[in-house]
Amino acid sequence: MLSIKNLRVSINGKEILKGINLEVKPGEVHAIMGPNGTGKSTLASVIAGRDIFDVEEGEIQFRGKDLLDMSVEDRASEGIFLGFQYPVEIPGVSITNFMRTAVNEQRKYRGLDPMPANEFLAKMEEKKQMLEIHAKLANRSVNEGFSGGEKKKNEIFQMAMLDPSLAILDETDSGLDIDALKIVANGVNKLRRPDNAFVVITHYQRLLEYIVPDIVHVLFDGRIVRSGGKELAIELEEKGYEWIRA
Amino acid sequence: MEKDPNNILEEVTQSEYKYGFYTDIEMETAPKGLSEDTIRFISAKKNEPEWLLQFRLEAYRKWLGMTEPTWAHLHHPPINYQDIIYYAAPKKKKELASLDEVDPELIETFNKLGISLEEQKRLSGVAVDAVIDSVSVKTTFSETLEKQGIIFCSFSEAVQKVPELVKQYLGTVVPADDNYFAALNSAVFSDGSFCYIPKGVRCPIELSTYFRINAANTGQFERTLIIGDENSYVSYMEGCTAPMRDENQLHAAIVEIIALKDAEVKYSTVQNWYPGNKKGEGGIYNFVTKRGICKGNNSKISWTQVETGSAITWKYPSVVLMGDHSVGEFYSVAVTNNYQQADTGSKMIHLGKNTKSTIISKGISAGHSSNSYRGLVKMTKRAENSRNFSQCDSLLLGDKCGAHTFPYIKTENKTSIVEHEATTSKISDDQLFYCNQRGIGTESAIGLIVNGYAREVLKQLPMEFAVEAQKLLSISLEGSVG
Ligand SMILES: Nc1ncnc2c1ncn2[C@@H]1O[C@H](COP(=O)(O)OP(=O)(O)OP(=O)(O)O)[C@@H](O)[C@H]1O
Ligand SMILES: [Mg+2]
Repeated sequence: MLSIKNLRVSINGKEILKGINLEVKPGEVHAIMGPNGTGKSTLASVIAGRDIFDVEEGEIQFRGKDLLDMSVEDRASEGIFLGFQYPVEIPGVSITNFMRTAVNEQRKYRGLDPMPANEFLAKMEEKKQMLEIHAKLANRSVNEGFSGGEKKKNEIFQMAMLDPSLAILDETDSGLDIDALKIVANGVNKLRRPDNAFVVITHYQRLLEYIVPDIVHVLFDGRIVRSGGKELAIELEEKGYEWIRA
Repeated sequence: MEKDPNNILEEVTQSEYKYGFYTDIEMETAPKGLSEDTIRFISAKKNEPEWLLQFRLEAYRKWLGMTEPTWAHLHHPPINYQDIIYYAAPKKKKELASLDEVDPELIETFNKLGISLEEQKRLSGVAVDAVIDSVSVKTTFSETLEKQGIIFCSFSEAVQKVPELVKQYLGTVVPADDNYFAALNSAVFSDGSFCYIPKGVRCPIELSTYFRINAANTGQFERTLIIGDENSYVSYMEGCTAPMRDENQLHAAIVEIIALKDAEVKYSTVQNWYPGNKKGEGGIYNFVTKRGICKGNNSKISWTQVETGSAITWKYPSVVLMGDHSVGEFYSVAVTNNYQQADTGSKMIHLGKNTKSTIISKGISAGHSSNSYRGLVKMTKRAENSRNFSQCDSLLLGDKCGAHTFPYIKTENKTSIVEHEATTSKISDDQLFYCNQRGIGTESAIGLIVNGYAREVLKQLPMEFAVEAQKLLSISLEGSVG
């Protein structure tokens, strides 16, 4: 589904990703771990198409299409979703309005008519219940004045509404209390299907107890230095990154 | 020294004029230029009573002694007032046979605004079927109003039908010599709207100039007078979200509102005059004087405006809070793009005790435009325990536009409180990326963010207007980023 080959990325002349290779197949869950500042969020942003980064070399294919030539919104409509490490506030725009716009723009891209209002509202209701989101929260402006945990929950809610083929969740677990973590993990698990995939960026193996990954990667200084099964996450937690470095 | 509003009222109404001046003149258009003869010509054409002619002439003489204001943050070539035709008989617009004959660009904008086909035809002057819905709507509409004693008609009609009312209130809120453009309007105003809500009547429908029969061709010097008698209520809407093209470059309108004891008048407008092309050529100069007076105790006047058009906008809807416990409100969104210039804001003059005013102004600037907020809050000595809250926000798109805030505050008593807050912000790349990542293209994202930014003001608009205004905001900013 997602195929990254020898990806080199820099910002302001500073190289951050130094040759990334990654294959994600439908139905899989990948976890990416690694110390602060090694390039995990950069990788996520480059897949989503953020243009402040310079792609020096390599390619990214998504379901047979070359992603690097595509605009951010087209990639989203092709089915790529990014759960932000730091979700952005949009004052005055209600979540309902924001989601209706997003859903319908994506439908337009796929040649579909806008979703009928009652169908849309029913879907909102269903996903809110799944993620135990208060009705009131949906009427508030996107992320404005949300607590850290509320923002992360809102990212998962949007993912559920947009039903992407590939969801990249960048530290969605940080800031969540233990109950919220379970709700979020549960939500992700319910959305798992043989035809979609998840890339979960995290610092904590705890999340991976709830969302069980097929493959764990360790990103270190712009390179994936090790990949393995879910045991790798446990080993990392016990031994720390020094163990990788050695 | 402060001018007593009662004196203003007297000044204008003290002299008695004779009625019945009538001349039949064959000519349809006044010669170019402004003179006493032009004014006599206009007045005669409109079959006006003598007092109204005198009102015009007096205004003209005052105008001669005034100079065009230069304090606004605006730049334009000098206006040649002798090169303007001040009266042309309301011509029927050339009727087109079908929408195919209309400028395709205009049609495209209509479609974006979601304006129905029938409505598109009406707006662009295409002949419509004799039995269309809006005709019957208009008839039922007028009947409902008449039953309640509400007068809602063109200004000229009101002069003929209810001259006493017009005479009693005309020029009492905006005196003829109030400012240069007000004097000009008072001398040569063409037509406009008149609205009177009798005592104790709550107008059951939103009054919209759209429904007014005879609304066509009010011209460049429009005059509107709205009177809310004691304990009445009216919500009045003016303007149109469809782009308005006009050959006349200079527009100088006056709107006067009078709210008597316990009355409430809510005035909403969406203004979308032709702003000129992307290079800043053409476009309307809009110099408007809008003012309301809360004459009675517990009265309330509220202005809500969405400004997206005009090359130059000069406009400060104001409220004189004369009655004790009266309330004045101003909610504004002003968008400027390309080379547009706007100098707009509000004045709240507190005269009565325990009066309250609110100013919420949202400026949005893009392109090379300039957007200024200019406001005055005045607490006079008598206005004890009064309050004002002002919030002036500017949103900048790109780095070639400018936003300026000029708040003036004058407080002459110790018990009143004036609060002023101002912010300037930009649409951040992070916000755009976030929207893009959800599949929302940059143009829609800007529309969404801008509408969110203006929400506090938009929610003041009557429902049907609000939806159109939202679309309009997005459309006016198209192509402003990227
Ligand atoms: N916009 C930017 N401008 C300059 N440097 C940047 C920018 N974004 C990222 N970097 C740098 O790139 C490197 C990788 O950052 P990135 O955010 O990808 O790390 P991360 O692995 O996600 O870290 P964390 O675990 O703390 O979230 C860091 O050194 C960071 O300072
Ligand atoms: Mg990160």
